[in-house]
Amino acid sequence: MSDVVEKTLTALPSLLSLDSHPGSAKLSSTSKLGNLIRGITELTSKHEEEKLIQHELLAIKEQVSSPNTTMRQMKELMVRSIYCEMLGYEASFSYIHAIKLAQQGTVLEKRVGYLAVSLFLNESHELLLLLVNTVLKDLQSTNLIEVCMALTVVSQMFPKDMIPAILPLVEEKLNHPKEIIRRKAVLALYKFYLIAPNQVQHIHNKFRKALCDKDPGVMTASLHIYLQMIQENPDAYKDLTPSFVTILKQVVGGKLPMDFNYHTVPAPWLQIQLLRILALLGKNDQSTSEVMYEVLDESLRRAEMNHNITYAILYECVKCIYTIHPKSDLLEKAAKCIGNFVLSPKINLKYLGLKALTYVVQQDPKLALQHQMTIIECLDHPDLIIKRETLELLFRITNAQNVTVIVEKMLEFLCISEDDHTTIDLVGKVAELAEKYAPDNEWFIETMNTVFSLGGDMMQPDIPNSFLKLLSEGFDSVEEDRKLKLFAVNSYVPLLRGEPGKLPQRFLQVISWVLGEYSHLREDLEPAEVLSLLAKLLDMKNSSSETKSWVLMAMTKLCKGGTDASVTQEVSETYSSSLDTVLRQRAHELQYLSQDPELRARVLPRGANPETLEVDSSLSFLDRFVSEALAAGAAPYKPPHQRQEELDQSKALSLEPYGLSLPISMSSCSITDRQSPTLLSMSSGLSGDSADLSHKGGSSALKLDGVKRVWGREGYLAQREPVEEAAQVEVPSPIQSPGRQGEGDSLHSQTPTQTPTPEPEQEKQQLASSLFVGLASQSSVSLMGKSEPTPQRFRRKAKGQGPGSSFNASEQISSSLISPPSAVDNLLCNNLLDSNNASELAEQTSQLSQRLTTANGTCHTEAELTEPDTKGCNPALRRDNCVVAADPGPHDDPGRLTEVCLDSYLPAELSGLSHSEIAPLCANQSLNLSACHVQKEDSLILVVFIINSSESAIQQMLLQVDSEELEVSCLCDSPAGEMTSHSVAVGQYSLTVKRPAVHVEVVGTVSYQLPAGTSQSLQFSYKVPLTSFIRPFVVSTEEYGTMWLSFSHDTKQNLTLINDNQEPLTATLNALKKKLQLHVVEVIGMEGIVACRLLQDLPCLMHCRVNAGWLAVWLRSPVPDLPDCLIYHCQRALQSL
Amino acid sequence: MIKFVLMVNRQGQTRLSRYYHSVELSRRAALEADVVRYCLSRKKDQCSFVEYKDFKVVYRQYAALYIVVGITDSENELSIYELVHNFVEVLDKYFSRVSELDIMFNLDRVHIILDEMIQNGHIVETNKSRILAPLTAIDKMVES
Repeated sequence: MSDVVEKTLTALPSLLSLDSHPGSAKLSSTSKLGNLIRGITELTSKHEEEKLIQHELLAIKEQVSSPNTTMRQMKELMVRSIYCEMLGYEASFSYIHAIKLAQQGTVLEKRVGYLAVSLFLNESHELLLLLVNTVLKDLQSTNLIEVCMALTVVSQMFPKDMIPAILPLVEEKLNHPKEIIRRKAVLALYKFYLIAPNQVQHIHNKFRKALCDKDPGVMTASLHIYLQMIQENPDAYKDLTPSFVTILKQVVGGKLPMDFNYHTVPAPWLQIQLLRILALLGKNDQSTSEVMYEVLDESLRRAEMNHNITYAILYECVKCIYTIHPKSDLLEKAAKCIGNFVLSPKINLKYLGLKALTYVVQQDPKLALQHQMTIIECLDHPDLIIKRETLELLFRITNAQNVTVIVEKMLEFLCISEDDHTTIDLVGKVAELAEKYAPDNEWFIETMNTVFSLGGDMMQPDIPNSFLKLLSEGFDSVEEDRKLKLFAVNSYVPLLRGEPGKLPQRFLQVISWVLGEYSHLREDLEPAEVLSLLAKLLDMKNSSSETKSWVLMAMTKLCKGGTDASVTQEVSETYSSSLDTVLRQRAHELQYLSQDPELRARVLPRGANPETLEVDSSLSFLDRFVSEALAAGAAPYKPPHQRQEELDQSKALSLEPYGLSLPISMSSCSITDRQSPTLLSMSSGLSGDSADLSHKGGSSALKLDGVKRVWGREGYLAQREPVEEAAQVEVPSPIQSPGRQGEGDSLHSQTPTQTPTPEPEQEKQQLASSLFVGLASQSSVSLMGKSEPTPQRFRRKAKGQGPGSSFNASEQISSSLISPPSAVDNLLCNNLLDSNNASELAEQTSQLSQRLTTANGTCHTEAELTEPDTKGCNPALRRDNCVVAADPGPHDDPGRLTEVCLDSYLPAELSGLSHSEIAPLCANQSLNLSACHVQKEDSLILVVFIINSSESAIQQMLLQVDSEELEVSCLCDSPAGEMTSHSVAVGQYSLTVKRPAVHVEVVGTVSYQLPAGTSQSLQFSYKVPLTSFIRPFVVSTEEYGTMWLSFSHDTKQNLTLINDNQEPLTATLNALKKKLQLHVVEVIGMEGIVACRLLQDLPCLMHCRVNAGWLAVWLRSPVPDLPDCLIYHCQRALQSL
Repeated sequence: MIKFVLMVNRQGQTRLSRYYHSVELSRRAALEADVVRYCLSRKKDQCSFVEYKDFKVVYRQYAALYIVVGITDSENELSIYELVHNFVEVLDKYFSRVSELDIMFNLDRVHIILDEMIQNGHIVETNKSRILAPLTAIDKMVES
């Protein structure tokens, strides 16, 4: 029968007139493939497709395992399998045959085998191991095509652990006479770098050789590695900047062979790659940036041809110019270039122009002013993508003056957008802007209402959370607080009276919580009415049980007995038999508390003092229960991963070093690991003093560690913003004097009246003036990205006073009734005295903000605002006594303060300890910054020296330091305030590792004001070697064994042994001990165990074994990435010997 | 970074798909259907870049065939748009006037060409003769 099918199908190729094509010559023999393709093209429904493919899969399965199948047929079968998988039908039975084909096939068959493998398997698939031998064989083949194939597949996917097996062969290929082999070898090494950077650590010099290869293709391939490495650590490759510049110059100058051109443009994608590299290198680095100005100028000039690809290059060029240290004439040219983009009639260019503008306005919002009419047009563009991109741009230039218009535009878009992802994203942005810049309460509540209605149940849960937090914590003015809450209540009641069924669940939850807490603020509103409104929600069909639980909770807060009794009684009776245990619990609570007003007043106090609430995260109150259970013979608790590991151990042969038998491991575990709350509760139960252990800090604040971070939205944490943006290039502020600001003002005040224009034009111009208001005066604010020109409306309440109020509303429901909902109200009463003061301050502030025109003027404002506020414990703003301000005396040129002389400014308590060289960080005309780090036994101290090298005093100095990988805590207070001329201020920060990385970095900003009143800021970064955080970790072998089992992240690697006179293992371990301060726990024969910890408490264990002339090292840690980082440093340490 | 390359015809049938980050087989069909529906619904005068979930999609139409590339937000859309054209020019050179059927009947070869151009989501070669060199060498070996 199949013959018949075959015959009919031999006609197919000619039918499809494919004979003349080179690729189709072999088609006649692939009739079954032709059959399949024919079938696929004729499909009309999903059902038919399924039938066809299932049938096909059966046929393939049958033939693939037949011993008579030739490799040629196998190749065809693989292509058919690829088709099936492409249509979404798994053909896993053919995977092993794909590997076989790569192994046994010749030329095209082999290539298809490799292709099928790379399409079928993902990088962690275990079958991939079977490919290693084939690759190994092909790499050694004399046939270049086979070598090529092997290198191609290696650079697509290769098992990480097997890299050492082929690495020497791949390295060897770097010297191959054929450039295609060299190029592919470089790409293979790039792959290795991506999946296991430390494996190729030793061949960095070969990368450099590839970069200098005479063949442009090999050089291009090496750029992938460099882009990646420079992204991770730009400082290490600054010396290559001239090379990259020269290469770009040659490419732009048309020095490459003609076949690298694309539509007469020389190697455009290579140019783009180089521009990206240059941007990374020049960022925050003036001297490096200076090297590239000329070639960037050249690139801008050369790219004048009107073709898409030249615009693609221009876009990258503009981005680069705005990323590196600024140069005014380049900026000007780049700005003009953006103008060409956004004004282009071609929609793709317009889009890219908007994207470029969005990037650029963060540095220079004035550019948005230049293109305001285009932006307005784009805002009304029929293409939603353009509209969306424009909103993104507007989001970046939002300030307190234009927030209402911009938010309105965003909400308009939300109404028409159908894409969930866009909705979630935009809703988040609107909420962020509303919190940051809300002009008044009404607007804020109404906007948030729209956010909740439109965002529905898709939006990020932290939006309602942070809204409720804001409402409950309140802000500086007590009266404003009350008004805001009242307004919220007022706006929700009509919503519930209307059609609450249409509101999203999240919104209903917010409404119930607010009404439960604050409906009493509205005097004309009877609790009974609120109760009945809430009860109505319970009856709605689509209310989720989570919502119902919020509603019941709110009712519990409101019920007073008496007249309300009937409603609550009815509700609690209905739900006390609910199948949902949470609802049943709530119903019971409602029932009891409504009947017992006294108890209710105690549990849910409305006017009580804000008590600090201790959350016992160690669950120590269960200690007695646990110890009784243990005494009665219960098995001690084991964390899941440990249980799993022990389970695995009992099943398989033990390969773990120093695996201990169960009883020992348990007892030591409960004593050593005090970090884990669960274990803690057990061990403390045995010792009987859990309270002391639970919180060493002993602060009385409410402890909800995890929660705080979730809520720490940008809008609140004004302090952090400058640091986040510290990476941005500092652009000299063109508008600094009030006189010039006047120009800016007149610029847009003129706009609406420029020339008589037709009606719709005028409308647009009005819109423009409302959208772009405040940008001109804000130009230097933009340096800080989203920092605000006027004080934020909703500022987080000073932490010291209102600790009890930082609770999570949902947590409150689920944990217990003893949360402090009314603490906030009470806070209101207490603070009533301050309210006058606060409102006065607010007034003062708004005046100030109008007067001040510069970025740091904002800081100034904040300072003014906070200073009289004794509760505000912003350490950075306090005039402190920790600043070591001293006169350097005889130094005429303080700019050249030497290290010796800075040494003397080291704080006395640190002077005896070893410190790194004091390295200069950055400098400008008035300040010189240097830093060093000091190693202490239990900490690492970063010392920053600020030298005022100018002739005048500076004011309002503020030093802020932060890091992505490190936890930075300020020792004493950060230097702040005034610095006299030629004085030195010293800041000390204690650093501990938050997230291990091979290189860790601290970034910081010093902002200050010159006597003339102009504000300046200086940004810096400081690299700290991870090794300086390593401390010995003293444990016994037994403890080591237990810990080894409980740590889940590991890595293995072979290290070189040191071969001097000593025994190699001891020699190597001693070298590591000396260099990296590791603690050698024990050496047994050819094995050694070593332990260390990274400050503060990140342990890492290391097991070493001498094996075939290598030191096989196995590292384990509970912290991800730590083993990899440590192995890197071990390698480095051993290499440098 | 490039996340995937798709070739789809106007009926929404996938003619080629290559993913540079792991997407489960079961999720691919839905993703492709979604992306294609998006691209097909767009008019000629509209922007060739579309937002889809957390990434961007660049598409370009050749007769009845759409080439769709998924990229991350940091990628340069216009350069990818032109990369697509470069890819088509390479196919055109190899098949001398490429058609949808060439691609269907030579899926393996089209993949081999694509593998030379894009690896791990990065553009690794754009020089037409160099892209085709390994494949033409294979073809010659097969013929002899």
